[in-house]
Amino acid sequence: MDQNVERLQVRVWRGNANGGGYRSYEVPAQQSQTVLDVVTWIQQNAEPTLTYRFACRVGMCGSCAMMVNGEPRWTCRTHVKKVLDGRQLEIAPLRNLPVIKDLATDMAAFFDKWTRAEGVFHPTATRADAIAPIVPDDPMRVLANEAIECINCAVCYAACDTVAANPEYLGPAALNRAWTLQNDERDSAYAGRLSAVSSGDGCFNCHSHQSCMTYCPNELNPTASIAGLKRLSAASFFKGGRGR
Amino acid sequence: MIGLRLYLAQRISAMILAPLVLGHIATMIYAVQNGLSAAEILGRTQGSFWWGAFYGLFVAAVSVHAAIGLRAIAYETFGLPSRWLDVLTWVVGISLFLLGSRAVAAVVL
Repeated sequence: MDQNVERLQVRVWRGNANGGGYRSYEVPAQQSQTVLDVVTWIQQNAEPTLTYRFACRVGMCGSCAMMVNGEPRWTCRTHVKKVLDGRQLEIAPLRNLPVIKDLATDMAAFFDKWTRAEGVFHPTATRADAIAPIVPDDPMRVLANEAIECINCAVCYAACDTVAANPEYLGPAALNRAWTLQNDERDSAYAGRLSAVSSGDGCFNCHSHQSCMTYCPNELNPTASIAGLKRLSAASFFKGGRGR
Repeated sequence: MIGLRLYLAQRISAMILAPLVLGHIATMIYAVQNGLSAAEILGRTQGSFWWGAFYGLFVAAVSVHAAIGLRAIAYETFGLPSRWLDVLTWVVGISLFLLGSRAVAAVVL
């Protein structure tokens, strides 16, 4: 290693579901270096068995989220210089999800909750029907637009203290997805989805801490989406007497 | 853990509590600033329908609101199973209502 190059002191969590701990590495600092670049450098130059997950490297696929200096980040779009603590960088697997190995977490529970929240599109038409015209400034479409750019990275899920305290809680990503579908006029599962999101593990457990909004890399506001679901559920209750 | 009915009960009780808390604080400041004795306070509250209604509603709203709030805290802190959460919610709610009603009765009747 060139002695003149500035080095980062990087601690990376290594281990598996049975436990683990941090190991330290020295990584040469570079201009425009992302946290994912740092992890990749460690794997290619110092620790070939280091396990982590990434795909697109441009902030679209949502695979590379990790805890960086204690906060959830999409690592491919997080510049080292913005998160560096002195010269220290601490990288760990995402919070609130079980570890498979090193920096790779098991996302099964996260995506199961999308299904439990009815975060699935139920079409009202077949492919033989004409495409439904949706006007961009339609009020429902405007609401959906504000929440629709989710990349499933689970940063909000890792940031959520309610998920940490209540592992059954559906979480901000699944509820945000449900909110976009409640505002999709082509969808046919409105009542069933409302029932799913207002269940005992659903939207009413949100304390509106807004960590999801603070950390969402796409600057979405799942707290607002969850508040919308609360309003829809309450309105439905007073109109139809439904509730649990 | 918190479904629609519990959520609505807690929000509605909060809406009732908000003006009552302000009224209670104003009453406390008035009583202290004016140096009212216990006898003078009791002279105004005993036999008063309105003070009974004010604090009776206060106690009912607190009982509902606090019981549901403590349910959420108990679950998120201790992970109690739902049957125990139901027991806790009812025990806290009924206890607060009985204790509060006793206090209201003591100054109104």
